[in-house]
Amino acid sequence: MAVVNDIIIQALQMLLVVAVAPGLTGFVRWVKARLLRRRGPSLLQPYRDLYRLLRKEVVLAESSSWLFRAVPYMTFTAIWVAAALIPTFATGTMFSWSADMIAIVALLGTARFFLALAGLDVGTSFGGIGSSREMMIASVAEPAMLMAVFTLSLLAGSTQLSSVAHFMLTQHVGLRISLGLVLVALLIVAVAENARIPVDNPATHLELTMVHEAMVLEYSGRHLAMIEAAAFLKLLLYASLLACVFLPWGTAAVGDGPVAYGIGIVAYLAKLTIAGGLLAVFETSIAKMRVFRVPEFLGAALMLGLLGTLLLFVSRSL
Amino acid sequence: MHAFATILGDDKAVLQPDHRPWPRYQVDEAAWIRAAHAMRNGVCTLVGYWGEAKQVHLALATASYDALCVLSLACPEGHFPSIALVHLPAARLERTIADLFHLRARGAADLRPWLDHGRWAAGVGAAPAGSAYAFLPVEGESLHQIPVGPVHAGIIEPGHFRFTACGETVVRLEERLGYVHKGIERLMAGASLAKAARLAGRISGDSTVAYAIAFAGAIEAATATRVPPRAQWLRGLMAELERIANHLGDIGAICNDAAFSVMLAHCGLLREQVLRAAEACFGHRLMMDRVVPGGVATDLTDAGAVHIEALIGEIRRCLPPLISLYDNAASLQDRTVGTGFLRPELATRFGCGGVVGRASGRAIDVRRRPSYPPYDQLAFDVPVLMQGDVNARVWIRIREVECSLALMTQMLRRLPAGPLATTIAAGDNAGSPQEGMALVEGFRGDILVWVRLNPDGSIDRCHPRDPSWFQWPLLETVIDGNIVADFPLCNKSFNCSYSGHDL
Repeated sequence: MAVVNDIIIQALQMLLVVAVAPGLTGFVRWVKARLLRRRGPSLLQPYRDLYRLLRKEVVLAESSSWLFRAVPYMTFTAIWVAAALIPTFATGTMFSWSADMIAIVALLGTARFFLALAGLDVGTSFGGIGSSREMMIASVAEPAMLMAVFTLSLLAGSTQLSSVAHFMLTQHVGLRISLGLVLVALLIVAVAENARIPVDNPATHLELTMVHEAMVLEYSGRHLAMIEAAAFLKLLLYASLLACVFLPWGTAAVGDGPVAYGIGIVAYLAKLTIAGGLLAVFETSIAKMRVFRVPEFLGAALMLGLLGTLLLFVSRSL
Repeated sequence: MHAFATILGDDKAVLQPDHRPWPRYQVDEAAWIRAAHAMRNGVCTLVGYWGEAKQVHLALATASYDALCVLSLACPEGHFPSIALVHLPAARLERTIADLFHLRARGAADLRPWLDHGRWAAGVGAAPAGSAYAFLPVEGESLHQIPVGPVHAGIIEPGHFRFTACGETVVRLEERLGYVHKGIERLMAGASLAKAARLAGRISGDSTVAYAIAFAGAIEAATATRVPPRAQWLRGLMAELERIANHLGDIGAICNDAAFSVMLAHCGLLREQVLRAAEACFGHRLMMDRVVPGGVATDLTDAGAVHIEALIGEIRRCLPPLISLYDNAASLQDRTVGTGFLRPELATRFGCGGVVGRASGRAIDVRRRPSYPPYDQLAFDVPVLMQGDVNARVWIRIREVECSLALMTQMLRRLPAGPLATTIAAGDNAGSPQEGMALVEGFRGDILVWVRLNPDGSIDRCHPRDPSWFQWPLLETVIDGNIVADFPLCNKSFNCSYSGHDL
């Protein structure tokens, strides 16, 4: 019986992230529109966009190979798995033993690697520009992310997210400088990885300034739908990760009743709303930075992660 | 006359009658070449350069624009000495003359077609059909090309930009324009006055008022028509409304290209209010066809004047917070300051007008000099900066909005009463053609319109020259050494016209 329960909850988790992800992006867009004194699209618009793209014909460049066609599915799958591993409304789900932060970083890295290859595959100049910029950003963002992960795992004594969340909930963690540094580092990485302002502009029509959008410029139809869905999921993933580590309250634990799970889901949606709102406000208040400023920006995240680890060692006096 | 005495030389230059308000001389090749050298030495500025069957014309101004003249060179053999060989800013105009009139510039280095893409009907264009355009070669280690356009991801006018970049740094940018060639000059030839006026208002839709004033001014100069004062002042009012609307749109759009969309949203709101005021007062949001040869088509009612007063107050109230938002957003300043630097000497050499020129120290505003009514009776500033970067171009726009508001206040207060239009008395010139020219400051810079009227009052030849002709080439130099991703910012801060340039 417990096994069946576990399976149901894990399945619920997997479906929940896919179902909620477009909504989160829609919410961010809506808040941004309101901040710009526009009425804003419906929260359902991203769902409609996906539906529209799925029905549309796929246009393939003559120079594209099988890789170009396979990559959208690979990217989507990798990011979906990564997103499903993160404890959203409940910790200790069936696959939580694999919910290792390093595994998540690796899954995201894989997705990005293939997407960059696909950008190069067609041989257009924009795909090349996009891929090269994306890899430039990734080459700094990934170590920064790993540094933050190390600090967290040192603190919690585990790289498993369930354990980290459990640790944050049960132990009297209090205010720690290391945690603050890690939070900022993770926020910077999240902004960069999700191609948000100031690193990239998801709404731009200027081909020359695009990063992520330039890389996927040649995609259309269901392929584009997959890539868009993967981008929605990635935003949700980072929001969930930050919520799971820094705002674990309300999350249901192993063996809780249905009420606890219900509370968990409501709390999770509330956390996503807060994250989305903050992102929208942040994006509205800042201009995009020059491409070559991005490594400096992400370098700050790397240094913060490093500092977090160092401070942890110092405070524990080894 | 004296300003151009050294160019005209001895008595070989023949003053043409009936060219107003500035003189036109029929010159020989020696004077033509002297003019080219005068322009290169900075004594004169190239203001216009156009052709017609077996003849080319060159409009010159002194460096301070206090005197202008037109030189005409007959070329019965179908060729003339190249000005571009001596003075580079003439290059694209010369290529256009070759495209449209099959007159060859002797000695010109660049013989590629410009507006003609080899797709015109047989016998019209000079370019061979189906041949690929030869972009200038760029050689070097690890360079790559990025073709952009003519179809862009955004809804903007078509133009092709060929970047050669080394990594992210632009080594060379070459523009390819002419995609929106509409054959305006040919449509003008033989058109009635009313039709030609409508055409002139549609050369570049965002400066429809400025073009209409320039065209009407040229016609009125040719026919020595006296325009009623009220019409002149209403024209000024419309021109300033148009300038404010466009500058507000540009300020927001430049910031939006740095992903700072708050500015676009708020400037967009203000711009919309200007357009609505224009609609309410003059019956058209862009005030198209409100300026006609001889006067204006719509009067400003008392209610309209109140409406504009309210608009001025609203912009005065809303603009300062936006300016301080722009000035205090460090992330935005980081993008605009120092980006896309235009060297002042280049702006001067190319005779680059408007915001672009004034942000690079070129203190030329044709409202001030040579001036035209009603500006000759008004007090206003011409803001000039030396920095020449995107930030400076934004600031010139902000200052010009403020100046335009002050101008509109003055105009509303002193608006004379009287008739709105007078009839154009064309054709009573004993059969000889009447010619006129006008120089009007649009929001991009000085628009030149030159016309020759047939004895029956229809248009024989009309040449409108957009300010963008002398700004597009500078955009190429501005991006050198910048990164590819900064091009949209530079481009938007220039905001050149495609339609006005491609004709």
